[in-house]
Amino acid sequence: MTGPVLSIENLTAYYGDFQALFGVDLALQQGQALAIIGANGAGKSTLMRAITGILPSPRDAIRLNGQPIGHLSAPEVLEAGISMVPEGRRLFPSLSVEENLLIGAHVRTGSRYWTLDGIYDLFPILAERRHNPGTALSGGQQQMVAIGRALMSNPDVLLCDEISLGLAPVVIRDIYASFPKIRESGASVIVVEQDIGQALKIADHVCCMMEGRVTLSGAPDALSRDAIHDAYFGVSA
Amino acid sequence: MIWLDTIVQGILLGGLYALFAAGLSLVFGIMRLVNLAHGDLIVLAAFLILTIVSALGLNPFLGALLAMPVMFGAGWLLQTYVLNRVLGDDILPPLLVTFGLSVVIQNGLLEGFSADSQKLSAGPIEAASLPLGPVTVGVMPLLTLISAILVIFALNQLFYRTRLGRAFRATSDDAVTAGLMGIRPRNVFAIATGVAMVVATIAALYLGMRANFDPTIGPARLIYAFEAVIIGGLGSLWGTLAGGIVIGVAQALGAAVNPEWQILSGHIAFILVLLVRPRGLFPRAND
Repeated sequence: MTGPVLSIENLTAYYGDFQALFGVDLALQQGQALAIIGANGAGKSTLMRAITGILPSPRDAIRLNGQPIGHLSAPEVLEAGISMVPEGRRLFPSLSVEENLLIGAHVRTGSRYWTLDGIYDLFPILAERRHNPGTALSGGQQQMVAIGRALMSNPDVLLCDEISLGLAPVVIRDIYASFPKIRESGASVIVVEQDIGQALKIADHVCCMMEGRVTLSGAPDALSRDAIHDAYFGVSA
Repeated sequence: MIWLDTIVQGILLGGLYALFAAGLSLVFGIMRLVNLAHGDLIVLAAFLILTIVSALGLNPFLGALLAMPVMFGAGWLLQTYVLNRVLGDDILPPLLVTFGLSVVIQNGLLEGFSADSQKLSAGPIEAASLPLGPVTVGVMPLLTLISAILVIFALNQLFYRTRLGRAFRATSDDAVTAGLMGIRPRNVFAIATGVAMVVATIAALYLGMRANFDPTIGPARLIYAFEAVIIGGLGSLWGTLAGGIVIGVAQALGAAVNPEWQILSGHIAFILVLLVRPRGLFPRAND
């Protein structure tokens, strides 16, 4: 059996003197969808920032396919095979929809699964809007661009940070409907969500975080509602 | 007819100011860096061309061609080892560093070349002119304007038609997210400053062929460049060309009334545009 595609061991992270993560352990298996849930301030986004190299981490605390990547910068982490859909989408206002997607392919990887046409198949509305400025689209369409942009580098691991934030339920459902196709490409996925219901629907494995620590971990079916509630809020239901 | 002639001469002069300003506009547009040493870097490029021309006995145009890669390298090194270290949320450190650089360049050039005025000799083309409808224009001013248009056109193509240009714009929008796309903002900045120095070399070529220059004239060129960039709208390259032309025409008209008013007229035009359009004539939508 092969090891996990992404493994995190005893990860700590700091903002200046403030410690935001306390010895986080995680393992993402090949092809798996992992949901990380937790309330505001639980450390989910800090974990994403640490994995993507925005926040410095100890070298060996994060490994991709067995190789240490904790010390790498954000561009180097992308080249190693991890891309992210950042919270708030963060599209480039000066770039059109198509250019936003193309900038995702700034670093070319060996795999060619995701191309512009592939993204337009996944989200047909983007093909119609390809020449519009990315930020002129609706929130849901912007999220599609952000997901497409992250896929264009053909990552081994796709990180999605709060992709349902600020979107209408029907739009969230449409966006999550694209995940089976994304997983068909072979990418393993980590979804960070406050919306527990959505996260549990697509995940094979769930981690709940609170105050910078993983407080619960397991398969969604194996975890009771109460256990998740306790781990999420830190109090018994 | 004399007014038409004056306006045409002003437009042609505007080409030179646009060349002074294009590099400044490029650097500001990408990294929000105001390079106070830009004028001095143009003068440095002029001395570099002079040195090459004197040593190898070349035509100034060929000399500039050889100086371009050298200036690109100088810009790349300057950005990588100096300016990247001071870029951040606080705009004061880069201002102070480029101000210091301006003093260093001026004094370095004074040491190396003395305070004597220099000129790049281009031969008979300097005095050549050709009739253009009812007015006669100098070949050299016409070449300057054509070069300015070509430079701005090329920079626009680079910005909007190439992979590097996409990286320029993405980094300008949001350097952190650009990093998540595999773009190294500091490398992008270094290339941008290198390109700006190539444009500064073209500006230096025409500066040196059209008038005398000495190590201390950089700051005045910087002011014209600033005014052109601000009149045009920060970060807009075609706006920068328009800004240069506004200053050129204002100076030519002022000089036609009274030669003492030439420089003053350009500055007054700048203030008037600012009063009417505080964000310049062609501001970028997302600034």
